This record gives sequence, C-alpha cells and structure tokens, in this order.
Amino acid sequence: MTQVLNRPAPAHGRPPAPRKRFGTKAGRQHHAGPFTYILLGFAALISLFPLYWNLVAASHTGERVVQAPSPLLPGKELFNNLSIAWNQVDMGEALINTTIVAGAVACSTVLFATLAGFAFAKLEFKGRNVLLTIVVATMTVPPQLSVIPLYQLITDFGWVNQLQSVILPSLVAAFGVFFMRQYLLEALPVELIEAARVDGAHSLRIIWHVVFPVARPAMAVLGMLIFVQAWNDFFWPFIALTPDGSPTLQVALAGLGSGNHTINHAIVLTGALIATLPLLVVFAVLGKHIVGGITSGAVKS
Amino acid sequence: MATSLQPDQDASPPVVLSGSPKEPKKHRDPDSWRSRLYRIDLKATPYVYVAPFFLVFAAFGLFPLVYTGWLSLQKVELGGEAEWRGLDNYIRLWDSDFFWNALANTFTIGLISTVPQLLMALGLAHLLNYRIRGRGFYRVAVLAPYATSIAAAALVFAQLFNTDYGLINQLLGYVGIDAVNWETEKWPAQIAISTIVTWRWTGYNALIYLAAMQAVPNDLYEAAALDGASRFRQFISITIPSIKPTILFTIVVSTIGATQLFGEPLIFGGSLGIGGGSGNQYQTLSLLMYEKGWITGALGQASAIAWVMLLLLLLIGLVQYLLGRSGRGKKKDGAARS
Repeated sequence: MTQVLNRPAPAHGRPPAPRKRFGTKAGRQHHAGPFTYILLGFAALISLFPLYWNLVAASHTGERVVQAPSPLLPGKELFNNLSIAWNQVDMGEALINTTIVAGAVACSTVLFATLAGFAFAKLEFKGRNVLLTIVVATMTVPPQLSVIPLYQLITDFGWVNQLQSVILPSLVAAFGVFFMRQYLLEALPVELIEAARVDGAHSLRIIWHVVFPVARPAMAVLGMLIFVQAWNDFFWPFIALTPDGSPTLQVALAGLGSGNHTINHAIVLTGALIATLPLLVVFAVLGKHIVGGITSGAVKS
Repeated sequence: MATSLQPDQDASPPVVLSGSPKEPKKHRDPDSWRSRLYRIDLKATPYVYVAPFFLVFAAFGLFPLVYTGWLSLQKVELGGEAEWRGLDNYIRLWDSDFFWNALANTFTIGLISTVPQLLMALGLAHLLNYRIRGRGFYRVAVLAPYATSIAAAALVFAQLFNTDYGLINQLLGYVGIDAVNWETEKWPAQIAISTIVTWRWTGYNALIYLAAMQAVPNDLYEAAALDGASRFRQFISITIPSIKPTILFTIVVSTIGATQLFGEPLIFGGSLGIGGGSGNQYQTLSLLMYEKGWITGALGQASAIAWVMLLLLLLIGLVQYLLGRSGRGKKKDGAARS
C-alpha cells in the first residue's frame, strides 16, 4: 500500500485550495492523520478484544478463568475444552441444527424476497404501493406479539423442539423484500424485461434468465445477512426449542450459562467460541462483500 | 409455488396445433387462449411473487398478533381453558410494581445503549470516511461484533464484568477505582447490559452511516472549505444534515430493538436472568413477559404485556414521525430518498 505515500503530502491544517479529485468515489475524503489511526485502532481493538478474550478463556481451565488477574494469553486447554463441550452438551448437534435452520431460512428468504422485490420494483399491479407500505410496516411488529399463539400452535402440532417451528415463521422477511426491491429498482433495466417479453418469454423464464442473473450479487449479500441473523436469532428459538431437546447453538449456550450446578466457565466460553467461530471465519473470508452489502445503500430506507 | 400458474406456455396443446405442426400459433391467431394466458400471466404474476411474504406474515405475524390481543382479555394458563376477563389483565399491569419497573428498565437500558451507540457510530463512520490505509481491515474489524450472537456476547461480557475476577474491574483497579458491582447494583448492571448491545451494533450502524456519507455531493465540502469551514464544522453543518434520513432510520431500528431487549439481560444474569437480576434491577418488558407466560404460566398477563409493547412502539413511532415531519419543512432534499 505504498501508493498513498506517492501522493502530495497531506496538508496538516487546512488544505491550501479545494482539490478536485474526480473519478474516485472517495473524492471528497481528507487524508487521515495519526489521530484518526489511533482512534480507529482503538475502535478495532474494542471490537476484536472480547472475541480474542473468548478464545483465551476457552483455552484455560475453568479454575484459571475465574482467577484474577485474568488470563490474557492463550493457554493449553483449548482442545480438551472443545472435546468436553462437544460431548457434554452436544454442541455438535446444535451446530448441525443451527446450520440447517440458518441455511433453510436464508435460502427461502432469498428466493421469496427476490420474487417479491422484483414485483415491487418492476411490475405494475393494483395495490402495489399499499402492499409495499404494509411490508415495511411489518418490520416494526415485535416478535413478542406473536410468540404466545405460536407457542400454543407448535404445542398443538407437537412441534416443540422440532426445527420446523423455528424455520417456518422465518421463511421470508420484510427486510429482505425491501432490500431486493431497492437493489432491483436501479440494477434491472425495464428494457431488459420488455425485450424478453417481446421474445415471448413467460414470467418464469424472465425470472430465471433475466431477474436472477441481475440480482445475483444482492442475493448473495442478502443470503449472508439473513444467514447471520438466523444463526444468531435467540428469542423465538429459546421458546420453541429447549436445551435438552434439539437446540440451536444459541439455545444450547443459554442452557450452558444458566445451569443450577456449578458452572465451568471455561466450558461455557468454549461453547460460545464454537457458536461464534464459524461466522467469524465467514466474515474473515467474505468480510469485504458483507461490508459492501451493508454499505451498498440497499439497507437504507 | 409460482410455477403452477404457467404450466403450458412452451408445451402447446397438441389438438390445436395438429393441422400445422410447425407454425407458431400466435401469428395465426392473436386472440387465442395463449395471448389471453399471457395477459393473465402479466396481471397475476406480481401477486404470485408477493404472495409468499403475505402468507407467511398472515400465518405467523398477523394472526398471532390479533390472537394475542384476544388472549390479553382472558385468563389463560398454559394448556388450560380461556376465561373472559375484559381489561383485567391491563388493570393488573397498571397496579403492578414489576410492570412499571420493567417498563422503566426497558426505557433506561434502551436510552443508555442507543444514544452512545449511534453517536459513536457517527464518529466512527466519519473516521472511516477518511482516506485511510487498510480501511478494509478497519471496516471488517468493527463489523465483527455483528457476527457474534447475543448469547456468546453476553456470556463473554458476563465474565469481563464479573465483580470479583472480571477484567474490567481489574482495569478500573489499575486507575484506582474501587471494584464496581456490575451484577447486583442497578445502574452498573444496566450499563453492563447496554455495553453488550452497544458493542454488537456500533460497527453495523457506522457502516450504514458511512454508506450515506459517501453519497453526499463533493461540491458541498469544497464550497464549505472555500468559505473556511473547519473539518469539524463541515461534519456538523454538511455531513449530519445530509445523512439525516439515514440517522432517523437507525434511530427507528435501534428503538425497536431496544424495546424488545431480551437475550442480553437474560444471559448476562445467568441463573437469575429471567427475573432480571436478584432485585429485578434489569428486568425488561420482554423478560417480564417471558416470566409471566412461561414461568408463572399466566398467558393472558403475558399477552397484555406484549400488547403494551406494541402500543409503546406505535407511540414512539408517532413521536418520531411528528419530529421527522417538523424537521422536513426547512429542508428541500427531504424527499431525496424514498
């Protein structure tokens, strides 16, 4: 990253004259001073330290974790703790359950949200604006309002501790519909659809050969966002699934942390590490794309 | 599935085509069922595309919402028969100290998590908007907490905030501050829980702000720089007003999130979590609702709490709407984003 050094030295104080830099999206940005780097470094430290400390705590014995001064460097117990957590509380099963739930929710949300987003963005139909307003308005309804009837429902169906009780209510999300609409509004030229229509393509063909290819980048981002959300979802899974049944990772963790017998905090934090690590790996690999998705502007209202 | 609407567009019925097998039908007979089907296709498919959302919402959102309202007027136990009680549940909430305590806690925790969170996100976005080396790293780093689950974050912070051996009290000890009782004292406990929320969401909000900041036209800054405005002045007078719709959006989203706070206090409190600590010092409305519904078994009471939450959100929404409207008069670009 030496190219920055080749630019004219950043002015300390005020720039002598307004500089025009066309062609770069960061055109208006000032160069950062050392103070900026200090603050940013501090922010990154605060963001990452609890995650690092989770790893540290998961690699010590339970006794060591609850001793002051706290351990700050990784210990040797990580694999031991991993195998205990894995066997004792079935983190393996929870991991699989969570993957199934998050995967199913992400796939179906992306599919349905793309279809609905396409309709809201590019198709004319009666009541479009009213329906879109309803979609947006549903985002404000707290999940607390529906858990009691839902719980009765899944009890009647015998679905307590069944993964479908968590998957079904999340099959499609208002946020996703809105996200895809915002993206397709700009990304999909109407001419493309009209051309396909003139060629005699019916709706499904247009979806498959025109909409999906155009929407693919946004679908990928939405899929990741929803996957993260579903992976971390807590309130409803905590009610619908019990730690003793087939929990997701979050439910299993809540069970780990609140047991009545003496708690081995190293094991608890190892569980937290298992729950966090897969997503962190995804973030490390795809971080730029996820950041790009959030900053793409589609998230804004 | 949407597929069933369009079964035969490609495979034309053999009966009609039998006379002239190769010739495409639409040239010969433009008003045939095929073009009618095309029109139906055009008219109906939008509804087919949006149907899944509305079906799911009707089944898992709207119906339960109304049913919860109905339940809130009854005396119902888990698995038992309903008994009409009118507004009894609401009156009992009004008389209940636990309810007012939970309402106040929800409000204060919401305030001390949302306000610093959004202010820090603004500052952070401003910093990230500078020309910096390794900006990809900083962006991913501040977003990392977003990838952490409520449960994992709350468990880690419960250790960091532990009164006896927690790292935070050790750090405070180095600067000469006595150990703070983060678990049993009201304000420290609420601050600790707010810290978890703030930690998880600041980076996410910062990136949303950053996106909005990058859309602010460059000329504005250049003109301001010509007039001799300092960078801080530019931030206050150009950046903030320009991204006001985005700020409003994040305020709405954070408020909704704060009203529903559940997992952080639950897990932070360990075995005392459901009650919101030994003295209910951080019991939120959601926690109270869970306690009423699933521990006490009083589903009618729990439903009433849920409905109070909805009314609360509507009230907050109304206030924000009015505030947003009063601010729009003086700004021309208010309609820039829809």
